[in-house]
Amino acid sequence: MVPLSWYIFLSAALFSIGLYGVLARKNVIAILLGVELMLNAANINLVAFWRYGNTALMGGQVFSIIVFAVAAAEVAVGLALVIAIYRTRKTVIADELDLMKW
Amino acid sequence: MTAEQIIFFLTAALILISALMVVTTRNLVHAALWLIAVLFGAAVLFATLDASFLAVVQIVVYIGAIAILFIFAVMLTRRNLLDKVSQTNAGWPWAAGISVAAFAGLVFLVGQMHNAGAQKGEVSGDPLMALSTALVSPDAYVLAFEVASIMLLAALVGAVYIANRK
Amino acid sequence: MEFLTDPIKVVYDWLLELFLGWGWADWVAVLVIYLLGIVLFISAVMVLDILLVWVERKVVARFQDRLGPNRVGPFGLFQPFPDIIKLILKEDITPEGADRVVFNLAPILSLGSVLFLWAVVPLASRIYGVDLNVALLYIVAAGAIGTLSIIMAGWASNNKYALLGAYRMVANMISYEIPMVVALLIPTVLVGSMSFVAITEAQANYWFVLVSPLGALIFLVAAIAELGRSPFDLNEGESEIVSGYHIEYSGMKFGLFYAGELLHAFTFGGFIAALFFGGWHGPWAEQYPLLGAFYFVVKAMLGYWVIMWVKYTVPRIRIDHMLAFNWKFLTPLAFILLMVTAVTHRVLLDAPTWLYISGMFLSNVLLAWITVEGLRMQARRKREADVSAEPAAAD
Repeated sequence: MVPLSWYIFLSAALFSIGLYGVLARKNVIAILLGVELMLNAANINLVAFWRYGNTALMGGQVFSIIVFAVAAAEVAVGLALVIAIYRTRKTVIADELDLMKW
Repeated sequence: MTAEQIIFFLTAALILISALMVVTTRNLVHAALWLIAVLFGAAVLFATLDASFLAVVQIVVYIGAIAILFIFAVMLTRRNLLDKVSQTNAGWPWAAGISVAAFAGLVFLVGQMHNAGAQKGEVSGDPLMALSTALVSPDAYVLAFEVASIMLLAALVGAVYIANRK
Repeated sequence: MEFLTDPIKVVYDWLLELFLGWGWADWVAVLVIYLLGIVLFISAVMVLDILLVWVERKVVARFQDRLGPNRVGPFGLFQPFPDIIKLILKEDITPEGADRVVFNLAPILSLGSVLFLWAVVPLASRIYGVDLNVALLYIVAAGAIGTLSIIMAGWASNNKYALLGAYRMVANMISYEIPMVVALLIPTVLVGSMSFVAITEAQANYWFVLVSPLGALIFLVAAIAELGRSPFDLNEGESEIVSGYHIEYSGMKFGLFYAGELLHAFTFGGFIAALFFGGWHGPWAEQYPLLGAFYFVVKAMLGYWVIMWVKYTVPRIRIDHMLAFNWKFLTPLAFILLMVTAVTHRVLLDAPTWLYISGMFLSNVLLAWITVEGLRMQARRKREADVSAEPAAAD
């Protein structure tokens, strides 16, 4: 049988890989891909804790549904921003978007 | 090794290898396709965890909408379809170090958990029914549900406004 | 006699006894039986698919006042086999600059997304793959994989026409997914379950098309759009983008797309039958499941015929019209219909059956009438505005 800790290790590894993607990637869209990995890691954790805890309490599943909604909203607004920036600046490299930097 | 453990290991290997490909591959369309493999693996895990609704919604929302949106965005923001240059910034060793440290810290914290070796109990009742009641019941999560839907509406309006060519 | 009442169980027990007699372990025997069942079922569906090639070609010929295939076998019934041999013998071309793995994966996913659907279709009272409690969402999920296969094909071909076709098709499928999901919610609200088996069983006394004719119509329109068939076949507007996302595919890879498209259309005919026309229900279908499966296939064929009828009589519409039709008309109408259905269903829940059916039917008719009147009023106002604007322009 699979103990709870396996799921948590998997989700920790997935979260760390996503973190690397967010920190190391140049392209804004690739950074958003990393964020998606991290959100999925959180989701696996939430569902695993729901299943191994009291299954009559639906908190874990409800929160992962809210994570779905957050992910959808984040991608819609994030990619709209990326496309708007691309239209004016002709680049999607995060390092080159440095107007606000001093 | 039971069948459940074999399925878990295969799915975990799929998720982790695909996730590594997402953050390392140079071709961004391939990265988005590898992300789909990760999402599919997560859907399999949800199914093995008796969360059938989440497994299906994962495929409908993530693969059917979010991943497709990513592929569209990659195609719309590229002047040439070849990625010869490096896709990582100058500080990538720092990023790798921070990620490994984060993983080590998380593993340490899981080691401190008192119920890490817990096993699954029986599922009480019909989880799908319980979930649907919890989402609309005033005693449970109706407020969170409504807030999430308003956020989605705001995101919809915002995305249309931002991406609209003036 | 038991074989006639519960064929799956009889075969399952017989095979299990046989395999255990050979000294196999319990779980190996069960696994092998399940795999055998899957292989047999998919083979049966694929054989049906071969027949569909003939049906489609014969029906389109009749709509276009031709004879259609009539040389190979009686009524040209064996025509699909020369077709398949031709497809297999053709050179298998991978275009230069194509993304090899993605290019080859796309047709497999395309056909796979259709075959996935058959796992939840209840063929008869005790003949079905699985009784999934989220079956209706599962259908939408399989559709999402179909969308994915199209964008993979369009991108990997390294051809601008293929990419344009894929863009159009994906815009089409994602948009029309919304009214389809809402139309699927109507039987869900009526039964209180998303299980396909439960929805079919709930139609023992009356078909849901009587209770929600408008819902059936919205589902039909959304299904045709989801299939990418005419009038929504913008993905293969021959005069603009040659043949859409499968332009670079040749031989059997194209064959997989083609087989997938035909089977998809038939499957949606089956969904219309199962959701709104009683599925396998019919005289004596309860006792003899094989008879129920026969009824189901006949009803699915009728649904498929309606989809073909639309395809070969309605001309293609422009892409902005198609999207405007979805977002400004079909989606709001579907949501209003869902609310009306839910409220009427709740009010009439304890009423006698005849009152329930007529009440639901009338609420649908009323909504349709109000919609048509509203559209007509809007069109008239627009026409009058045009007329009054015209003399000014002439001066």
